[in-house]
Amino acid sequence: MARFPRPAEGTWTEHHPALGTAPVSFEDSISPAFYELEREAVFKRAWLNVGRMEQLPRNGSYFTKQLPGVRASILLSRDTEGRVRAFHNVCRHRGNKLVWEGTPRDEACGNARQFVCRYHGWRYGLDGACTYVHQESEFFDLRKDELRLAPVHCDTWAGFIFVNLSDEPRQTLREFLGTMVGALEGYPFHQMTERYSFRAENASNWKVFSDAFQEYYHVPPLHTHQLGPTPQAQNPQYEFEGAHYQLDGPHRMVTTSGTHKHNWPPEHLYPAETLTRSGSTGPWDAPDLGEKLPGVNPSGIRRWGIDNFQVFPNLEILIYERGWFVTYRYWPTSHNTHVFEGDLHFVPARSVRERLAHEYAAVTFKEYGLQDCGTLDGTQMGLEQGAFREFPLNDQEILVRHFHKTVGDWVDAYARERAAGSPR
Amino acid sequence: MSTALLPPQFAELEPWCATWCLATEPERWAQRLRSSMQELQAFYDACFPRAEEAIAWCDRFPLDDMPADAERLLQLLHSLLMVSYAVEVWKQPEVIHCGSARIDRILEPRP
Repeated sequence: MARFPRPAEGTWTEHHPALGTAPVSFEDSISPAFYELEREAVFKRAWLNVGRMEQLPRNGSYFTKQLPGVRASILLSRDTEGRVRAFHNVCRHRGNKLVWEGTPRDEACGNARQFVCRYHGWRYGLDGACTYVHQESEFFDLRKDELRLAPVHCDTWAGFIFVNLSDEPRQTLREFLGTMVGALEGYPFHQMTERYSFRAENASNWKVFSDAFQEYYHVPPLHTHQLGPTPQAQNPQYEFEGAHYQLDGPHRMVTTSGTHKHNWPPEHLYPAETLTRSGSTGPWDAPDLGEKLPGVNPSGIRRWGIDNFQVFPNLEILIYERGWFVTYRYWPTSHNTHVFEGDLHFVPARSVRERLAHEYAAVTFKEYGLQDCGTLDGTQMGLEQGAFREFPLNDQEILVRHFHKTVGDWVDAYARERAAGSPR
Repeated sequence: MSTALLPPQFAELEPWCATWCLATEPERWAQRLRSSMQELQAFYDACFPRAEEAIAWCDRFPLDDMPADAERLLQLLHSLLMVSYAVEVWKQPEVIHCGSARIDRILEPRP
């Protein structure tokens, strides 16, 4: 089975003794009580990715981001000095949601010199300071100069915008990201400004979907067609393997070998793959990104295919050998529902041929993503049935094991502090 | 006055324009799901053999400044890729094993 070196212990899991090898409980994915703790312990403490700098192209640019797991809408903007700022998207006057388009449940984006509440007309500058109170003299002891939108901690890394909803984050963003994720700092994410965005509302706990993308064990059975149209292409031994696993604090990653379809004989390809020179691993013709790509393929395997970085808690960054990247984000909406966001990022197409290669990759993403989503409510129903309390995980599922352990550790730490009377 | 929708050398594809010249993925997805396999196969069979030639023709123009007839031809090519999954992979309009799942494309480059 294994064609790539493994740690001295013989398995990736046993290389990390704290993980153990015992069957794992998924009670954390079916319990409403655990979800309430998780919202506080994870989503109000961790740094959360809410977007990319390309969404704030100039001073005055803004967008809103709904974070249902913490019942918040965040307003992200670039002020007149170009600094990225984040605020609770709530008017200081009567608590109305400040910026929205269509309905208050829809996201908004655009360019502004100020934000105006549509309820009573209060205005705020890009720095969050209140600049206008309608009929100010009617108020009592109102000190307009001190009125501001409620700020949210915000920082950027490699063009990714993060917020932190705690009063005082325990770690800076860079401390939180650590060395493994941090090593991607110089990767040319900023060149990949052409974006295809997808959204799904799924009937499962957010972790259940994240689990599906933390292992490639499911690929041959669930996505048989994805590997190719012929039995040889569909043989999991043909090319594909999780080749290297790495853990760093709450974060984790897996590097895969292959699949280099650009080197496959056409009889093992779909006609549209040959036509577009593209498919499930993306366009075959990579853009010129320069010689050295920081942070990727950390173990230096030959036939590198994909780096799958799982940034705690709910961001996944997939970097493809062919020079494009994908992000997934999972936003819980209850203990057994979540919103999934998938974004494909390419160096902008310069020709129709490149556009169609990107389009076919984007079409392919949805086709197989629907298979992943399609199993979700079945998994959630199965877990909630309670027929089994614990579930065996194999070595290829080490990241699933680490993920649930990490969430559990964060919740335990929060619960301990709360019991001691000092949660923050 | 010509009423041609496509460049003249692709006139044989004109009958497909009414159904498949669609500017966005949600429209193409919906059209695929409300089509029969016979309809999808017929469009695929008519369009695929001309696809390489059509790409080469469209590639004569910059993406942000395409003549209307070339842009419609590009829309047909986009639809061909959407339909190819039903014809080449699933042998049915819907994705196999997708249950009740739904994924919406909410942002895409144009054209």
